[in-house]
Parts: sequence; C-alpha cells; structure tokens
Amino acid sequence: MNNTAISGPHIAASNSNSTNQIMRKVILALLPATGFGIVIFGWPALYLCLISVGSALAFEAVCLQCRGLKPGHYLADGSALLTGLLVALSLPAWAPWWIAILGSAIAIVLGKQVYGGLGQNPFNPAMLARVALLISFPVEMTTWVNPGLILLGPGPIDSLAIIISGVANPDAVSGATTLGSVKTGFSLNQTLPGILYDYSGWLALLGWERGSLGETSSLLLLASGLWLWRQGVIQWYTPAALLGTLSVLALLSHWIDPQHFLSVWVHLNSGALMLVAFFIATDYVTSPNTRLGQLIFGAGCGLLIFVIRSWGGYPEGTGFAILLMNALTPVIDHYIKPRIYGRYRNGKPLDLGQTE
Amino acid sequence: MYIFSAILILTAMGWLFGLSLGIASKYLKVENDPLVERIEALMPGSQCGQCGFPGCRPAAEALASGSAPVNLCPPGGNLLIEQLANLLGMAVDLSQSEDEEPLVARVSEATCTGCTRCFKVCPTDAIVGAPKQIHAVVADACIGCKKCVAVCPTECLQMHPVSVTLRDWRWPKPLANA
Amino acid sequence: MKMLSVLEHPRLRGGVHAEEHKTATATLPINLQFPLPKKLYIPVQQHVGKPAEPLVKVGEQVLKGQLLAYSQGTISAPIHAPSSGTIIDVLDYPAPHPSALPIRTIILETDGREQWIKTPAVADPFQLDAEEICLRVGAAGVVGLGGAVFPSAVKLNLGRKNSIHTLLINGGECEPYLTCDDRLMQERSEQIISGVRLMLRGMHGNRAIIGIEDNKPAAFAAMQTASQGFAEIEVVQVPARYPMGWDRQMLRYLTGWEIPADGRATDIGVVIHNVATAYAVYKAVILGQPLISRVVTVAGSAVGKPQNIEVLIGTLISELLDFCQADSQQTARLIIGGPMMGDALPLSEVPVVKACNGILALSHQDIAEPEVQPCIRCSQCVEACPVGLLPLEMASRIRVNQLEAAVDLGLKDCINCGSCSYVCPSNIPLVHYFKFASGELFKRQRQAHKAEQTKRLAEDRQQRMARIRQEADLEAQRTMEARAARARELEAATATAANSAHEVN
Repeated sequence: MNNTAISGPHIAASNSNSTNQIMRKVILALLPATGFGIVIFGWPALYLCLISVGSALAFEAVCLQCRGLKPGHYLADGSALLTGLLVALSLPAWAPWWIAILGSAIAIVLGKQVYGGLGQNPFNPAMLARVALLISFPVEMTTWVNPGLILLGPGPIDSLAIIISGVANPDAVSGATTLGSVKTGFSLNQTLPGILYDYSGWLALLGWERGSLGETSSLLLLASGLWLWRQGVIQWYTPAALLGTLSVLALLSHWIDPQHFLSVWVHLNSGALMLVAFFIATDYVTSPNTRLGQLIFGAGCGLLIFVIRSWGGYPEGTGFAILLMNALTPVIDHYIKPRIYGRYRNGKPLDLGQTE
Repeated sequence: MYIFSAILILTAMGWLFGLSLGIASKYLKVENDPLVERIEALMPGSQCGQCGFPGCRPAAEALASGSAPVNLCPPGGNLLIEQLANLLGMAVDLSQSEDEEPLVARVSEATCTGCTRCFKVCPTDAIVGAPKQIHAVVADACIGCKKCVAVCPTECLQMHPVSVTLRDWRWPKPLANA
Repeated sequence: MKMLSVLEHPRLRGGVHAEEHKTATATLPINLQFPLPKKLYIPVQQHVGKPAEPLVKVGEQVLKGQLLAYSQGTISAPIHAPSSGTIIDVLDYPAPHPSALPIRTIILETDGREQWIKTPAVADPFQLDAEEICLRVGAAGVVGLGGAVFPSAVKLNLGRKNSIHTLLINGGECEPYLTCDDRLMQERSEQIISGVRLMLRGMHGNRAIIGIEDNKPAAFAAMQTASQGFAEIEVVQVPARYPMGWDRQMLRYLTGWEIPADGRATDIGVVIHNVATAYAVYKAVILGQPLISRVVTVAGSAVGKPQNIEVLIGTLISELLDFCQADSQQTARLIIGGPMMGDALPLSEVPVVKACNGILALSHQDIAEPEVQPCIRCSQCVEACPVGLLPLEMASRIRVNQLEAAVDLGLKDCINCGSCSYVCPSNIPLVHYFKFASGELFKRQRQAHKAEQTKRLAEDRQQRMARIRQEADLEAQRTMEARAARARELEAATATAANSAHEVN
C-alpha cells in the first residue's frame, strides 16, 4: 500500500509546453534561418546540416547505449537533434564533412553525455563544439564562402565533392566576415569607415553576407526568437540584457571613437549575435534559474562579447563569452536566489512588526 | 644552467616546507583528537558492534583515521552518513542507499523458556522478564541490533518490522525513472 | 537589497493559472436532498491535534447533535452525532487518506427520525461575552474548513489574547473544480456575515476583510450585499491565481504583510479563517448546532451529475458518488479535496470528514499520468513557486537523499501547493519529493530522539554492569579475606591446640 500512494497535483497544465514540445518548437524556430543559409550557401550547406544532425543522433544513441539506457526512447526528446542543428548552424557553410562529425562528437559526447546527459551539462554543447573547432582547426573554421543563390552555385554532385574533398580554389569563392575584415583592417592600421567601404546594413540584416551557415540572417533569427518568446519557450530577460548591454556599450564607444569602435548596427547584425542571444544564451540548462540571474547572465554575455570583439584576439567573441558565462552560472545561482516568503534575503525569518 | 637552479630552488623549498611541517606537527600537536570525540557524539552509542568494531568509540577512531567508511553504522542510517560526511568533509553518494526498514525484536510466548540470556546481552535493557518467566521486548527501547536473536536457544526471538499507523505514515519516495 | 526585489511582484508571487472546471457546479444550487444514510462512520480524529476520546458505548441511543467524543488537551475538537440512532460499533476503520490506514471510528446506525438534542436558546447572540462565543465554537467542534482543520476556538482564543487588528476571511477557493465555498457565499451570505461578526466579537477584533477570487462574481456580489450596514466588514476581490487560497498569499496580496517564517498570523495581529468556518461558527453560536454536516463538491468527468451537496459527516463517499451517478468504470482516480493538493483515495468506502471539501472522480483524460523526463532546468518551477523556493534544486538534492542540503535550500518553507509539479515540462513529481523529504526529516528527528534515548539506556546499563562487577569483585575479595581469616583462625586454633597439647605433654 505504501508504495502506491500517488501525490497531487492530479491534473497537468494543458496550456504549457512539455519538454519534447519545447525542443520541437526551438527546432522549428531555427528552420527559417537554416533554410535561408541553404538558399544562400547552396547544396554543401544542406549536406553539412544532414551530416551534423545525423552524427549527433548517432553519437547520442551510442552514449545512451553505453549508459545502459534505451536510445530510442531518449532520442525522441529532440535534444540531440537540436544540438546537431545548432552545431551545423555555427559552422562555415562549406566546411568539410569531418568538421561536422567532429563538432557533433564534441557537443554530444564531451559537451553533454559525459556529464550525465540532458540537463546535466555545465556548458552549452554547441558553443563548446564551435570554440573547440575554432581553436583546433582555424583554417577550416574561418573559410567563409560568399553568399550566392543555390541555383547559381555548384550542383548537388559538385557540392558533394566540396564537402568531401574541399573546394578547389578557396580564395576565389570565399572571404572574410565583416568582423574578421575589421580585425584585419585594424591590424593594418586602417580606420573604420574605410574598412567597411562595401558594408551594407540592409544586406547584413537580411543575412546576405559571409558567415556561418545559420547565423547570417539577423532578421529571421530575431523574428524566430520573438516567436519563441511569445510561445513561452524562452523568457525575455536574457536576450534583452544581452542585446541591451552590447548596444549601450557599442553606442558609447562608437560615439567616443567612431574610427576604432564598431557601430551598434554592425554589432547587432554580425557574428551570430541574434542566434546566440535568442537560442544559445537562453539555453535552460546552462543559464541561471532566476530572473535576476538571467539578467546578469545576459548582461555578462553582452559585456564579454563587446570586450572580445573590441580588444580580443578573435574577431567575434560570442562562443567564448557564452562559455565563460556558463562557467559563472553556478556562482550566479548560488548568490542570486529568490527571497523566501517570511524571510529576509539572507534566510533569516522576518522580524515581528515589520511589514515590507 | 637554468634547469639546475630550478631543481635547486624547488628542492630547497621542499626541504623548507617539509621541515616547517615537521616542526608544526611536533609543537602544535593536538592531544586527544577532538574529531574522535565529535564523531563519537554523533554515533548511536549503543555499542552494538554491528560495524565490526567492538564499540562506538573504536569505530569513531577508525572513522577519524580514515580507515572506515562513513556508512559503517547500520543503526545510524542515512542521517548519520550525511552527518559524518559533512563533519569529515567528504562527498558521499547517498542515491543508492536507502534506509533499512526499522525492525524490532518480538518474543513469541509459545517457545520462550525464560532463560534470561537475551536480556543479559541487550545493550539498551529493552528486554524485561525474570528467570523461568516469559520475557518481553519494550519496542520503544529496542534498537534492532539482533544480539538477542543470536543468543536465543529456542529461536523464540524474531525481528519484525515496526507496523505503520495513520499517525506515522509518511510519503514514500517517488519512483525515480529519470 | 531593495534593488534585488525589483523583479518580484511586491504582493503576488508565483502561482499558476489552472484550468478551472468550475462552471458545471458553480451554477447549481446546493443540493439538500441527499437521503439519510443507513450507517454513518465517524472518525474520532477529524482535526489537527489530539484525537477525541469516545464517551458513548456500543448499543447506546444517541440524538442528533449529541456529543460522541470529547476533546482531549488544548488542541483538539469534540465530535458530535450527525443524526439520531444507535451506536453499533467503535472500531478501526479505513480513513479517508491516501494510505487508507485504519483510524478509530464510531459507527452510528441512523433511525431516520433526525431527532435533535435540546439546545439552550440564546436570546441575543451578539450580546454574548467573547469567552462565551469561543466556548460555544469550541464545544461545537468547529475546525478550519478550508482544509487545515485546526480547531477554530483555539485560533479565536489566541486572537483574543494577542491584540488582533484584522480578521481575514479566506474566500479564495483557488483549487480547480471546487465550488462549495462559492455556492455557500452565494446562498448563505447573510449567515456567513453573522459568523464573521461573531468571530470579531469573539476575539475583540474590529476589522474584517473577506477576500474572494475574481472568478466568483456572484459570490462577491452576494457577500457585498450581505455586508452592507457593517462598516467593520470589507469584501474585496483578489485575482484568481492558484494558490491564492493559501492564507498567507492572500494576506500578502491584500495587506502587503508577511508572516515571519517561524511565526503565526497572530504574531502580526491577524487571524485568518475560511468562509465555511464562518458559516459553521454562525450555526454553532446562533443555532446552537455543532458541526455535523458540510457542503461537498462532487465533480470530475466521471461524475454524471456534478453538484454541491450538503451531507452529514460520516457519510460514505461511495454513497455520495452513487447519488451523483459517478461511473466507477470510468474513474481513473478518486480524489478527496482539490486536484492540486488533494489526495488520491485507494478505496471509496471511506467517510466524509470535516476537512472534505470536494470529491473528484477523474477519468483518464483529466489526470496527469505522463512519464517523467530529466530536468532541463527550465526554471518554470522557480517562476511558479509562491514561496520563492528553487524546487528543481531541492528535488535534485532529495533524489540523492541529501536532505540536509534540501533543508538549507528552504524545504521547510514549502507549502506543498504543487504549483511546481503542475508546470514542470518534464513531469517531475517535485512536490512528491518534498512531501517525502518532510516525512523523512520527521522520521530522522524521531530517530535522533531515539538514538539519544538509546545512548542514555546503554550508558545506564554500562554503569550498572560496572557497579555490579565492582560489587562482585568486592564481594569476592571479602569472601577471600573471610576465608583467609578463617584459615588463619583455624591455623591459630590448631596451633593453640597443639601448644596446649604440648603443654599437657
């Protein structure tokens, strides 16, 4: 009798998302940007997505099997699919096949399963993979292909060759990203308006520029992010704090020294910023639990991104910023806790007669 | 050349620190380790011997020296494990250790011969009776150490789970499948 | 420190919007036509505190309202006969509890005459002394009918002894499905107001606030009309948001005051009662009737005719379900109380008690039986917690039996409202973990107490053994000495004898 007692609540919330639904909605929200990436970068991008997602699922299955769990059951939660997709979106669109597989392996095995699977990882798996790959394979990870319509680019068969053995003449079809060229320009003692002579704010917003597979279209990512917020999947605190902090810092610095600091518009529309703000920084597992904690986390990400982009060695700092703030999450959660009813913030009971 | 100076400096430092540690251990020595006392205060103190040590004090000494695991004491349960782990600054995985159902001894009147052996070994005087008369167990004082079961010549002493009443019914742990 | 609370609503925190399911029963009048049951099963404990002690014998004839069991100790409540008839047994009978463990129960066979015991009439109840009111409330066995079943007279006395400035009447009824308080306020608002006035008088209070959730406009209107002319009583609406019926939440919302974590409402000059309790006080003081019946909501999609019924305490739930045409085939889970905090009953042949405000026969489509998934730390439980706890962190500690760590996180402040479990996307039974941990802590406390006792017993025994051994040693020594002395004497005697023999020679 003892073990059959069922505790309430006996009804479930009909209007809220289940874990599987949350994953599905995030994947759905990423599809427009993925589609756009495939349209402008061609067939190799599609192959890269498939390889990345497929290998992520395979690695997840193997790990679950090793842990003695039923893979089919846990794969259905969609978290591995989402991680695989995020890895693909943060790779250069024409990266070789093994980069995608390695990225998925790092994300799933080292980023997630070694810690005990879903919900246990301290770092965002996709960002961990991106940073690890960037450090290990700087050439492959910074060969940014020019945007062009899929119909005008290499066909399905040629694309297969690109993915397998690399593009024959990389310099002809690739170049630097906006942030990359700015960094190079500064190292050559050039100043700002000159470096970005061919920069178009509108094309950057749309996503018609060089960059990772799914990060270029700020507009689509922003729209998807807002949809996720309306769906109740993410809260606004983290993205707002991230974008707000970065904007304020960029505004101030650009106002003080417009020759050496990028404008807000460039900051917001390049280097995977929207992807990170709405899809990575809002990762439940690796961000704080409380509203205030999430605001601090977002603001910290914004600050670090600005610092790395302005003074750091890498042109775009989102990956590093996220990982650093992930590491701080337990600290934030330790110090920022909600006030318990009838107690002060330090946990002591309220004094009599005090009416807050 | 650098390598020699490095080796020299490190060796010197090693000696220095070793020496200071040696001096500290000699002059700052704490008589009668207070840790043992603190551990002993946490232990049940019934000297039941289920841990394999002759009593709670030897067990506490073994714990303090690190030669016994924190989960050595069955009557202490998870509570004691957690307290000991906190005191000794150890991480302990309690996820697989569920407290055993508490048991108390009960005398079956039919076979008790009144031999008095059981109440001579009872560490808490939980068995009452007189020679040639049936003995009885005071359930509140019984700690379930089973010493009496071992000495009973007629096997009339048996361990029974404590029956649950409405007043002390508590929620069971949710079945963890996640 | 002020800055940190920017993100928290100063008066309303956490909570969930649960689907209400109230319309089916809220529009129907309270059914008074429930047939008199043949047998009534009356547990001797239907309140917090010590059980009442039966004073009737098997075979005794009792009248309706007659005292069956008297209260024991300061926190207890008496039990009265819900109808006239014969006591046929006093035995252990399954309690309306998730364990269905037995509780001492008086079984009354009704005679159908419903013959009331004579009660002394009160000329003007509003002229009664405060003490007299408390006495009558206590003698009538009135307990908190919101679910806490704390003896009301104890609360009133506490209120009278501390200086109370506010009486808060809780008409929240935030649990889904339940509408018994709603109907009571709609149909018997004047009686409730009388009860509130008596309570105020009973503890020298001068101000009462009645809080009603804004999803009960009819009840609000009725209560407002009834309270007109009584300046000391204020009826206000509060937003419908579970758990608004948590008395401390309502108090905070209406006044901004918080009860200190280790304190009682009276510490800050407030007493909180439920509307149904106010009605019971009215009946007890003005009509002289003890608490022997209550309004119960019978609902759920397995119930053919969901409605509110006034039933006698001791009526079997199975009879109530039959009356409401509940389909036992369809019933996937039978619940006593509301669906959030109520308990699932393993069997329906248990009696209605004072605490029982609802009986829900839920079918498969109503109940939550989803499978548990790993925690993804979405922190929806943190948002939902009305207390300000971190349910996900507490549950992860409890899962690995680190109860002390969970206590440090505030486990003892948990009110078991279930909001966290309700919103959890991974369906983790969070509140079940907290209930388990609270019980386990209680067990540990008792274990520690027992360990202390054991230690004392063992030390006593060791000392006694040492003393016995010492005495035995002493005894042995004495024996030895005596023996030695005797031997010496003997030797001496032999020597003397030899000497004298020698002399003789």
